[in-house]
Amino acid sequence: MALADTAVLIARQPAPRQQRRGSFRAFAWQGLFLCALALFAWFIIANASDNLAARNMNFGFAFLSQRTGFDIPFHVVPWSTADSYGRALWVCLLNTLLAAAIGIVLGSLLGFLLGVMRLSANWLARSLSLAIIEIVRNTPQLLQIIFWYVVMIQALPPPRNGLALPGGMILSVRGLNMPSIEMGTAGLWPVLLLVAALCLVPVFRGLRRRHRAFGWAAPLLPAIALVVVLLSVDHLDYPTLRGFNYVGGVVVPPELIALVAGLSLYMSAFVAEIVRASLQGIAKGQREAASSLGLSGAQALFLVILPQALRVMIPQLTNQYLNLTKSTSLGAAIAYPELVQIYAGTVLNQTGRALETMFLVMIIFLGINLAISGFMAWYNAHVAIVER
Amino acid sequence: MAPTHVWVKRNLFPSLSSGLLTLLLAGVIIVLVKAIFNWAVTDATISGTTRAACDAGGACWTFIKVRFDLFFYGRYPSPERWRVDLALALVVGTTAATLIAPPRWQGWLALILLGFVPAAAGILLVGGLFGLPYIATNLWGGLMLNVLLTAVAGGGGFILGVFLALGRRSKYPVIRLFSMLFIELWRGVPLLTVLFMAMLLVPLFMPNGATIDNLLRAMLALTLFTAAYMAEIVRGGLQAIPRGQAEAATALGLRPWAIQSFIVMPQALRLVIPGLVNTVIDLFKDTTLVSIVGLFDLLAVITQAQKDQAWLGMAREGYAFAVVVFFLCCFGMSLFSRRLEHRLNRHLRY
Repeated sequence: MALADTAVLIARQPAPRQQRRGSFRAFAWQGLFLCALALFAWFIIANASDNLAARNMNFGFAFLSQRTGFDIPFHVVPWSTADSYGRALWVCLLNTLLAAAIGIVLGSLLGFLLGVMRLSANWLARSLSLAIIEIVRNTPQLLQIIFWYVVMIQALPPPRNGLALPGGMILSVRGLNMPSIEMGTAGLWPVLLLVAALCLVPVFRGLRRRHRAFGWAAPLLPAIALVVVLLSVDHLDYPTLRGFNYVGGVVVPPELIALVAGLSLYMSAFVAEIVRASLQGIAKGQREAASSLGLSGAQALFLVILPQALRVMIPQLTNQYLNLTKSTSLGAAIAYPELVQIYAGTVLNQTGRALETMFLVMIIFLGINLAISGFMAWYNAHVAIVER
Repeated sequence: MAPTHVWVKRNLFPSLSSGLLTLLLAGVIIVLVKAIFNWAVTDATISGTTRAACDAGGACWTFIKVRFDLFFYGRYPSPERWRVDLALALVVGTTAATLIAPPRWQGWLALILLGFVPAAAGILLVGGLFGLPYIATNLWGGLMLNVLLTAVAGGGGFILGVFLALGRRSKYPVIRLFSMLFIELWRGVPLLTVLFMAMLLVPLFMPNGATIDNLLRAMLALTLFTAAYMAEIVRGGLQAIPRGQAEAATALGLRPWAIQSFIVMPQALRLVIPGLVNTVIDLFKDTTLVSIVGLFDLLAVITQAQKDQAWLGMAREGYAFAVVVFFLCCFGMSLFSRRLEHRLNRHLRY
């Protein structure tokens, strides 16, 4: 009561002169700053429009619907030279995301392995891991990617005597030829069904935990979907040598292999340090308690240590995933058809639309970054709740 | 120290599975090291001056020997190369001195490093003054370019980063928002797009006819990019300084700018020196990206040198050399950073 009265009294008093002058000054400074910023923006925009006018061009995205006429050597979705620039954006965005996704998964696994090796009781494993981490961390990523690419191109045999790998895969200088799965008449529907089933699993697991109806479906649903997928497979299309190259199956180009190798190895060195630090951060008593309960070393790691260490790791891992995604742009150096290579390279050269293409590339990278950090924040919250 | 056989038992063969792992790893390491050693040392050639000298089947270090100056100085004219050496010694010497000097000298050394040294190094490298012949920037190349870009972007990025960090903590919402957007924009896009932007868009933003040197544009891009990362590190340091420090300074009657520059900033910066050095190491590695936008740094010079008809097929030697050079530089810097961190921590342990 008394406090509230005092607050009202203070609020009613006229503001001291000092403060009013301060607020005016704040206003003036910020206004001045905004004016300078606006002036700079006006300078740039005026110059850009002058320069565009001198080249008889204007700013706009109408070119996205024009026909490109160039080939994109590697694409996940169908692509032909008759397709538009907009479609090219989609195709190379998927290439970027594909390299990032494989790189993140492989890099995390490798980094985890290296991090655990760093803490191994075995001196050789410990030292080997340290040597790999130091070499990888202290050389430029671009150099590593180019190095893998050149070494691969030099070391791999030509298609006519490609290395036959298990499962009908063939490795040659043209890349990794893998058998493809032909789905027959059902098309992609069974696969979509499987994905949907996998997405629903957490929901059903929640039901089971609360002993509600349909809780039994949690393990069964994906199993049924998997059986449907397996049944609807028509045949496997194996790559076979015809002339100087392979036909059939799918091919992973050497550029993608080198890019993924460079990206994932580089990230794994940083992930290993994160894993090591956070595993060490878990109190020794936890491991001792686990072993006194009769858990084996691996059980203690996966059931006791890791779930706790994960909480510490996630923000740092997010940073590494973001870095890797941005680094996919280095694929431009070895001609992997990703966003920067195609858009800031081929498309820009063909159309001359520097402003528009750079704008699109930057916006897309910002968007991807936002999406990954959003997802990791959600996952972080998820893990944090489990911890309680 | 335990006797050798105890150490071996404890560290290499503590259990059956671990012992098997030791044997497996040892086998792999021996095979790999032997192959690399044979290629790089036993079967390698370093004598002679032409490709014909290399017939032993191993690495042809003759290629590196012949091109050594090119890899370090690019096409910078040979009689003027002492200028590069002197500028390098000046920059590296002052930087190291600033980092390891006792705190009361650090401020003055930092002023020299950020004020006098860039001017002196710039005059040395560009020339055209004091009787030094002018050397156009398109002749600059090799490792010198990587070091130069690192120094410029590291120094410029640091100054800009300090202002951005202060801006992000400013009490003025407009400045706070601007700093935040600026930092997040550069941190959200790949460095390569920033370089492409500098190369392709900056000419578009200039008044008609005006051009900026290619190298200067790359410097601008790297500086802005580095500034965003340094700003976040400096901000971390600023957050670690207790508010009482600034309040005590206010009570003593210091002006806001004096509080920042004499009380808060010196303490904050000393805390984040290891982080700043790590950013510089990353920056040094990332300067290789300028090879994609057409500057002749070490990586680009090596790639270019392999296309020489007289030296075809030297990719492995060239890139192996680059790996060794970058590893030595970066590993050296990171050892330095670790020792620095150790010293700083000792200082903080009272």
